[in-house]
Amino acid sequence: MNILVCISNVPDTTSKIEFTSDSTAFNTEGVQFIINPYDEFGLTKAIKLREEHGGKVTVIHLGDASSEPTLRKALAIGADQAIRIDSESKDSFGVAQELAKVISEQDFDLIITGRESIDYNNGAVPGMLAAILDLPFVNACTGFALSGDSANMEREIEGGKEFVKASLPLIIAGQKGLVEESDLLIPNMRGIMTARTKPLTVVSSNGTADKSKSISFEKPAAKQACKMVEVGQEKELVSLLHQEAKVI
Amino acid sequence: MSVLVFAESWNGSFKKGTFEAITFAHDTAKKLNLSCVAVTLGNINDDINSLSNYGADKVISVNSDFDSCDNKGMSSALAQVAKQENASIFVISNSNTGKCIGPRLSIDLDASYISNVVETPSESSPIKIKKKAFSGKAFEIAQTTSSKCVLALSPNAYTITENPNPNCQTDTFDFTTESSNVTSEKVEKSSGKISLAEAEVVVSAGRGLKGPENWGMIEELADLLDAGTACSKPVSDIGWRPHSEHVGQTGKAIAPNLYIAVGISGAIQHLAGVNSSKVMVAINTDPEAPFFKAADYGIVGDAFEVVPRLIEEIKNFKANN
Repeated sequence: MNILVCISNVPDTTSKIEFTSDSTAFNTEGVQFIINPYDEFGLTKAIKLREEHGGKVTVIHLGDASSEPTLRKALAIGADQAIRIDSESKDSFGVAQELAKVISEQDFDLIITGRESIDYNNGAVPGMLAAILDLPFVNACTGFALSGDSANMEREIEGGKEFVKASLPLIIAGQKGLVEESDLLIPNMRGIMTARTKPLTVVSSNGTADKSKSISFEKPAAKQACKMVEVGQEKELVSLLHQEAKVI
Repeated sequence: MSVLVFAESWNGSFKKGTFEAITFAHDTAKKLNLSCVAVTLGNINDDINSLSNYGADKVISVNSDFDSCDNKGMSSALAQVAKQENASIFVISNSNTGKCIGPRLSIDLDASYISNVVETPSESSPIKIKKKAFSGKAFEIAQTTSSKCVLALSPNAYTITENPNPNCQTDTFDFTTESSNVTSEKVEKSSGKISLAEAEVVVSAGRGLKGPENWGMIEELADLLDAGTACSKPVSDIGWRPHSEHVGQTGKAIAPNLYIAVGISGAIQHLAGVNSSKVMVAINTDPEAPFFKAADYGIVGDAFEVVPRLIEEIKNFKANN
């Protein structure tokens, strides 16, 4: 089984988000970058599927050379090879077009992405890839089991879940549930050593097809100080929520 | 030209997010001097005319049957209607269904795609618009660089308002569905609970509750407030509550009117997913808990004392109002 996992390189979840002084870009100074948490579930799932069914796990990423440590980490966790598209594409449309071009030149049975990246949260690349490559697409996928040439899956829907079926090749956008948090693979020493010699291919960009750009960023307005209510005065809290906040 | 809006339905009924999207599309169309056209897919049991109440100038029904997973078919139908109506802006709700369809639609229409939108465009050519970014830790002003765009509206971010249009036209659109490349086998509803994404009130609890057996009071409080129940990441990771309840940076991002956090310290990752809530209440034994820096109201105290008393007070309040 030939599996591709798309990896985003994102600020660590504990990062305080700051912008450059003119507010036009994210300030990466002092920020630790990690594999996008949603992609991490997909990567572990891919490695488990390889263990069960054989095959190969490739990770792909679009970005500059500064993201290579994140790709090496994916190799250390257990991916067989990595591809980096050296590109400045920024928006989902451009990223999806460039990924699709590279993907279409190869033969993958399963393409796994995260449901969204935790930085720009557009959540669009997987669906766009499905449209460009004309593949079945399951979003918010929380369960995946292979059954011959098709897959039985679970996806999250509002207020519940849906059991769905599709034939390979296909694209899933995963999240927790695909594997559990406690199942997530972490690199061991052997993995880290072998990752250095695993192939990391750099593919040059085909030119960006971006259709949007960031103009500026702002942080949410600062909250007013929290109004404290004494223990035992829960009645006062209820009346504040009714009369002042008007939410009940 | 027009602003097209997908009037999303589930089992033939419109959702709260549908009316938010229609209100948003109406306001955007008015701002740009365009007409607002709503499109329904599949069998609708609700009154189609209810859409005109929120400002649709025209409602087009695509009467074919769609599998609930047929994102390709639904997107393709919407794209055809968009072309017929010469739409320059296409609005969807950023719901689970919307997230499946919107990105496909942007490829089908060769349009830019901007999701988690929270306000109508501040400028029209090109479109400049405010959206959430960094999992709720920031906002981004994005600008399209193409003549068409798909905008996915963040749930609970835009207030529904009535803009009745007595002259709303209705029309149908013929679309032949092919067999879906993803098929639904079965739907399993969470037990009678309110969908978190659309809940106006959410009651959430963390490790401070000490064990899954103590969630009865959280559910009782939620029932009283017609609220959804949620939890912190550690609680879903250790299996006290289902993953679908995990709110935070790597779980669900929610934006209810009222968020009550019980026994949740308020780590930055948790706050990222909930700080779009309009009002937040924190109940925690630790006066130094970071949640008290983010909350609007707080009680420093033991959840096992505070929550039962809060339940009693809300019962009293409901009896008198």
